[in-house]
Amino acid sequence: MIRFIVVRLLQTIPVVWIIITATFFMIRFVPGGPFTAERAVSPEILRNLEAHYGMNKPLYKQYLDYCGSVLKGDFGPSFKYPTRSVNEIIGEKLPVSIELGLISLAVALAIGLPLGVLAAVKRNTWIDYLCSSFALLGVCIPTFVMGPLLILVFAIHLGWFNASGWYTPVDRVLPSLTLGLVYAAYVARLTRGGMLEVLSQDYIRTARAKGASELRVIMKHSLRGGLTPVVSFLGPAIAGIVTGSFVIETIFQIPGIGREFVNSAFNRDYTLVLGTVVLFAGFLIVMNLVVDVVQVWLNPRLKFE
Amino acid sequence: MIEEKEEAGHSPWNDAWHRLRRNRLAVCGGILILTLAFACMFGPIFSQSYEEQNLDLGAVPPSRAHWLGTDVLGRDLLARTLYGGRISITVGLVATFVALTIGVTYGAIAGFVGGKTDAVMMRIVDILYALPFPIFVILLMVFFGRNIILLFFAIGAVEWLTMSRIVRGQVMTIKRMEFIEAARALGLGPRRIIFRHVIPNVLGPIIVYTTLTIPAVMLLEAFLSFLGLGVQAPMSSWGVLIKDGSEKMEEFWWLLVFPGALFSLTLFSLNFLGDGLRDALDVRASKD
Repeated sequence: MIRFIVVRLLQTIPVVWIIITATFFMIRFVPGGPFTAERAVSPEILRNLEAHYGMNKPLYKQYLDYCGSVLKGDFGPSFKYPTRSVNEIIGEKLPVSIELGLISLAVALAIGLPLGVLAAVKRNTWIDYLCSSFALLGVCIPTFVMGPLLILVFAIHLGWFNASGWYTPVDRVLPSLTLGLVYAAYVARLTRGGMLEVLSQDYIRTARAKGASELRVIMKHSLRGGLTPVVSFLGPAIAGIVTGSFVIETIFQIPGIGREFVNSAFNRDYTLVLGTVVLFAGFLIVMNLVVDVVQVWLNPRLKFE
Repeated sequence: MIEEKEEAGHSPWNDAWHRLRRNRLAVCGGILILTLAFACMFGPIFSQSYEEQNLDLGAVPPSRAHWLGTDVLGRDLLARTLYGGRISITVGLVATFVALTIGVTYGAIAGFVGGKTDAVMMRIVDILYALPFPIFVILLMVFFGRNIILLFFAIGAVEWLTMSRIVRGQVMTIKRMEFIEAARALGLGPRRIIFRHVIPNVLGPIIVYTTLTIPAVMLLEAFLSFLGLGVQAPMSSWGVLIKDGSEKMEEFWWLLVFPGALFSLTLFSLNFLGDGLRDALDVRASKD
């Protein structure tokens, strides 16, 4: 298993390198730069600025410099916030996004798993239809509709929550509910599908035949196998919860990394764009690896390749 | 004389059609999506202008003159929603078509040729899977401007990966079958075999997955529009309308609720239809 993880981690190095290279050159070849947005600066100041960020060197040199500093774990200074480094900005914004993501994930699992299991066990009854239509509803109402609707009802009309902001624990409720409901829907659908597959297997019939209680059949014998599709979904989903929260962070005005990324792209903040892209990609890769490991743990018939 | 009775059609497609028709939700989804598409295509011709402003009127709630109300500039919301739907559905179809073309060709070639070529091609797909694609689409749209052609290709380039995997898997089973060997024995070239004999036989999974890709694409488009990166004014899409609506929902709820509801309804029916098609076409899933 250790070998598997090490090999997989080694394989990610070229992937991350490709991502860095592609992003680096892509943002350099587009019109506009970090200093063009503001009022026209005088040529001398522009020259000084470019010298400060090393932008007067040839492009390949800048690229090599950048790769060198990334190897040391330094993503360079931000262009938009001159006094701050990209590492600092990520260090400040990422925890907010992670907190939002984890709460949402908890919401998703707490709602999605029971609904999915219930729907599978009570298959083709009205309970199943109710759970399944709820799940489909969650898939089909995108966050940018759900979020404003929740604000409209619970913040503006009922006045239970603030419409935006990220200060008190109560402020966590609406954003994580919005984000969590979408994922809850997917979790419920996948759980139902996975459970249905397992419940028709012979070993479940055996378990029933030897007199195991229905609860035991579900909790002990079925859940482990039935969760496989959920687990493979959760890897990209966890990474996506952090990356996909642009919309949530915009709607609820949460100072997280997703909003920062979109702004940095608009501002042509080269280093901040690169830093966040590498961060997101790394996150996704690591989560996929974790999923593969958990997958084998849940289903011993699979082997590490 | 024995009457020659023609055998009633029992092709797999016929069976699938019967199974699909029995699935009430899928039929509802199909009818609903056709109605919506029809309304969006032809509605704007008969409805009021989607861009004609009436500043004196301003935003009014739904009434007999304006069934869904008007927006802040006094534009008829029904007309704007139908028109926005036209753009959203077009983006959905065109971008899905792009994804379909790339994915099917790529997957079919990888699966059919096999060996080292297949290994390299699928490794590339694995690597691409590991990339945070929405991020690249955002970067593309920010950097190269909000160009609708670019939007098609950006989304299409993201969504083809799963399609290529599905097609490859199917092709690998089909290429071992006897009729392919017969085609080869007849001296047909690989290109002709792939496009005339292999792909028609993997049409089922392709149709199913296409139906499920369209809502995913429409969601991505709306997501981009919501971030201000989609189509540009005076054009509008459901994503743009929802974004505008959510900014003004405190006073004018209808601006958010109607476009949002129509968008969700579309996704809903496309997903129902896709699920129904999957049950109808996939032999394994339809046995219960």
